[in-house]
Amino acid sequence: MSEDIKKFMYLNRRAPHGTIYAWESLEVVLIGAAFDQDVSLAFFDDGVYQLLKSQDTSGIETKNFSPTYSALGDYDVTKLYVEQESLEERGLTLDDLMDLKWEDEDDDWAEKDSIRLVSRAELTDIIEQQDIVFSF
Amino acid sequence: MSTLHTVNKSPYEKSSVGSCLAHVNSGSAILFYEDAVYATIKGASIEQLVTGTEGVKLYALGADLKARGITDDKLIDGVEIVDYAGFVDLAAEHDRVQAWV
Amino acid sequence: MKFSIQVNEGPYQHQATDSAYQFTKAALEKGHEIYRVFFYHDGVNNGTKLTTPPQDDRNIVNRWSELAKEHDLDMVVCVAAAQRRGIVDEGEMQRNGKDAENIADGFRISGLGQLIEAGVQSDRLVVFGD
Repeated sequence: MSEDIKKFMYLNRRAPHGTIYAWESLEVVLIGAAFDQDVSLAFFDDGVYQLLKSQDTSGIETKNFSPTYSALGDYDVTKLYVEQESLEERGLTLDDLMDLKWEDEDDDWAEKDSIRLVSRAELTDIIEQQDIVFSF
Repeated sequence: MSTLHTVNKSPYEKSSVGSCLAHVNSGSAILFYEDAVYATIKGASIEQLVTGTEGVKLYALGADLKARGITDDKLIDGVEIVDYAGFVDLAAEHDRVQAWV
Repeated sequence: MKFSIQVNEGPYQHQATDSAYQFTKAALEKGHEIYRVFFYHDGVNNGTKLTTPPQDDRNIVNRWSELAKEHDLDMVVCVAAAQRRGIVDEGEMQRNGKDAENIADGFRISGLGQLIEAGVQSDRLVVFGD
């Protein structure tokens, strides 16, 4: 890695449809992917709701941006940390979340999981390793 | 490596103060400002939670305390009052700023 | 030290922009560099010159404009967020066939890349929001 690559983390602590924060945050991630930084996303507190399967906004007539998370792998955004405790507190497990994959070109394009389940303590340490932390 | 955590919501309205306190490592600092200064009043139900983090320095923004009628004698022991210049110093002294918005 | 500031909320509804202003001003007074102030989400509403607060209240928009003028601040309003919320400069007015513009002095409309670039170029990013 060259010296000018920074570790960027996007914090997602908000639920997706009641406010625009989650969607506009995802827009930043998509644009930011062009900048060749070391990017990761953290989903904790209500942010874990952003990754739930089967979201369908047709009845509320808002944009359903949840399929966009599946495209993140194509943008080389491959590290999505999800906090175990936040899931548990909300009665959720990993099976309730979208199955997000990325293809590792250094490993014969093997399909790998983008979601990395981490504990609260692990997530805290991961955030402490970042250069820049974006909150929305 | 240490983080300045900034929180700005009342702990009785939103979960950000509680979540921040659960995600803070020793050596870091928390700045309570805007409505989060209500978290620094002693004798409140969340006092133990606020003071329960070992090795974490606690700061409150003086202008926000004053605006809300929270006098110095009401503050939890150990909470240090800073002004906006002090906020800037804290942001510069720590390796990153994590905003609990 | 080089700071960038991200403002996520509009004026008057939330204290976020007041806090961001006070922080920015204090940082400048201490001799730090403010690389950029980036207005996102409803924060783009800080950039409309049509704001008319009562005379006995602070004028948040003018206050930003004056600070920008005094310190040659780069204040960027996110174009995608601005289009949704009706913040328009001359260029956007023409591109989108509108009959008015409302961008306040010292603000410019640009892309989200400006926020990322601010993160790349700055030592610290400080976010103010709800």
